[in-house]
Amino acid sequence: MALLTDEKKEMISTLRRDILLREGFKTLSASTRPITGLKTLEAAFPNGIFPVGAIHEFLSFKPEQTAACGGFIAGLLSALMKQGGICVWISAIRKIFPPALKVFGVAPDRIVFIDLQRQKDVLWATEEALKCKGIAAVIAELGELTFMQSRRLQLAVENSKVTGFILRSNQHKLCTTASTARWQITPVSSELAEDMPGVGFPRWQVDLLKVRNGKPGSWQIEWSAGRFLLISENTVTITLPGQIRKVG
Amino acid sequence: MSVWFRHLMTDWQANRRPELRGLPFVFAAKERNRIIITAASTEAEKQGISAGMAAADAKAVSPGLQIIDEIPGKSTTLLNAIGEWCIRFTPIVAIDPPDGLILDISGCPHLWGGEREYLKYISARLQARGYDTRIAIADTIGTAWAIARFGKVTPIIAPGTHVEALLNLSPAALRLESVILDRLQKLGFYKIEKLVSIGRSALRRRFGQSILQRLDQAVGHELEPIASIQPIVPFEERLPCLEPIRTVTGIEIAIEKLLDMLCRRLEKEGKGLRTAILRCYRIDGKMVQIAIGTNRASRSSNHLFKLMELKIRTIEPALGIELFVLEAPETEDLSAEQELLWATEECGLEDAEVSELLDRIAGKVGAEAIRRYLPQEHYWPERSVKSSPLLSEKPATGWPVSRPRPVQLLARPEPIEVTVPLPDYPPMQFIYKRELHQIKKADGPERIEREWWLEAGELRDYYTVEDQDGKRYWLFRSGHYSGEQPVRWFIHGFFA
Repeated sequence: MALLTDEKKEMISTLRRDILLREGFKTLSASTRPITGLKTLEAAFPNGIFPVGAIHEFLSFKPEQTAACGGFIAGLLSALMKQGGICVWISAIRKIFPPALKVFGVAPDRIVFIDLQRQKDVLWATEEALKCKGIAAVIAELGELTFMQSRRLQLAVENSKVTGFILRSNQHKLCTTASTARWQITPVSSELAEDMPGVGFPRWQVDLLKVRNGKPGSWQIEWSAGRFLLISENTVTITLPGQIRKVG
Repeated sequence: MSVWFRHLMTDWQANRRPELRGLPFVFAAKERNRIIITAASTEAEKQGISAGMAAADAKAVSPGLQIIDEIPGKSTTLLNAIGEWCIRFTPIVAIDPPDGLILDISGCPHLWGGEREYLKYISARLQARGYDTRIAIADTIGTAWAIARFGKVTPIIAPGTHVEALLNLSPAALRLESVILDRLQKLGFYKIEKLVSIGRSALRRRFGQSILQRLDQAVGHELEPIASIQPIVPFEERLPCLEPIRTVTGIEIAIEKLLDMLCRRLEKEGKGLRTAILRCYRIDGKMVQIAIGTNRASRSSNHLFKLMELKIRTIEPALGIELFVLEAPETEDLSAEQELLWATEECGLEDAEVSELLDRIAGKVGAEAIRRYLPQEHYWPERSVKSSPLLSEKPATGWPVSRPRPVQLLARPEPIEVTVPLPDYPPMQFIYKRELHQIKKADGPERIEREWWLEAGELRDYYTVEDQDGKRYWLFRSGHYSGEQPVRWFIHGFFA
């Protein structure tokens, strides 16, 4: 087997970048800072940067999962909102308790909550909010998301560079979407040093089920002392039915 | 013309509360530890009560007397309101505190058919509004004032005869200070004609410059300026149409035109609008209207048009609209620098784009859908946050982080079945929604007492627990262990 020379390696990486560009994946500006503690996780994404200005989907079917998603997203938001931006939280059935977000480094008074009655209104408001350049991130709690709807949201963020987080709660209507990444966050047992009694820091099983132009993976992450902490890395690509893994 | 409201405050109060009509009542204010009457109603005056009396004395005279607290500054605002209403009689109206109006009626009475009819008409109109007035017309403000309050012969003083009319009145008609009036009374000057015959230098030496000035103003030797009320012109634009408009495109064009006109005026005056109402008058005599509101003062016609656009569908043109009226009842100061500042700022709650987005959402689904939360200094979880409708409001205190709080909080705690090994110990297991959770790790209790000054009820002992799958919950026991009643447990939230 012929070894790859440096020249060839470079050529391959240039070609990869070219392919990404042709596929419409724009490289982000250099100002985006890596999120503390997520270095290994970011390697799963194209160019090794957490995609800002994209749509991320989170599957949460139970309230425990929704709470874990809330914590994980709040951790991401604290990095996104460092520059003093605000974020919008749109939902039809909101149970999020604002004071709890402070632990994850987000000032709850910088979040505008929009509570709507109908799914249709939630979608409309999400799309309008994603078009607005003055917002750092938009979080929407939706039951389902069709391919067409996800395309509209994706088109909206491509112009405005707003990051969108969509929480999907309907287990039975999981269709392919145009989002950049699909996550599932499950809470796992916390651990305290030397068998200390009590409940430890929040710890999650973070599954990146699919990611456009990247490698899906699975990690255990803990939120402690105001930052993400990687516990163990499971490099084995998770095996899922091909239908779900297909990239939209 | 001078209008004297004999019972300005009490007439106003009687208009507001018709049950007081015909009863003796007074307004009173505290002054040097005594309660002094500042205004008395007609009935009270008949019983010998007048302004300046102590309220206790008046109460002795008339036991059924009602005493109402004086509202500071009310008489001036009341006069301003009546003055604005009086602009229908003459364009120049000034207030004459504490209980009068001055109207410059040059060139107006002939429209009502002469001075007598004019005076009667104004008096009748004010009477119809419930105000008891005395009105006088004279060449100078001073004389009109004097005749309105002290005149006994006729309220209309013919041109050139005002000096004669004045001479028979008491010096109090000259608008002098009470100190000077007392001194005049002591010296035996009961009528103005006595004063006039004395040399000016002697008057000045004894009573000061003000008496000469007041005399000159009454007689007309000195000009008296009059500060007319300037009514605020409402922000309103009208667009009449030659042909009745029935199509959406037509309505859109009309709104665009009106907004352009309104925004140009707002810009000129450095204002921005908070609410706007569009009224459409249809040819069948009916009127339809739409209203918009903004979170922040705005005069960007594009943005306002977008807000209006969301509501165009609710306008029913029927046979056609012949007149559009756009009004901005609520405006705020908005300087050009402010706009510039917002345009350059990257992001944040002050961002103009964000407030425009929120305006659009509020316009479509209602402003109550948008919420922002600020910390409140309460431990009770339901009360630890308050909702704020304003984008600009800053948190008064920091967000507390010392105690664990769940990311998801149930609006209403739900009952669970619990197995507890010992009182005041965290539970061993619990059943929620027919699912058994074995508790592996637990923290607590965190006792939160109910705030008895706000509501009555049981205290709560909160436990943070983690089950066999690593799911974390916030449970609480309601009240103490008492032995007689079974203890009730609830689930209140989910931790991240």
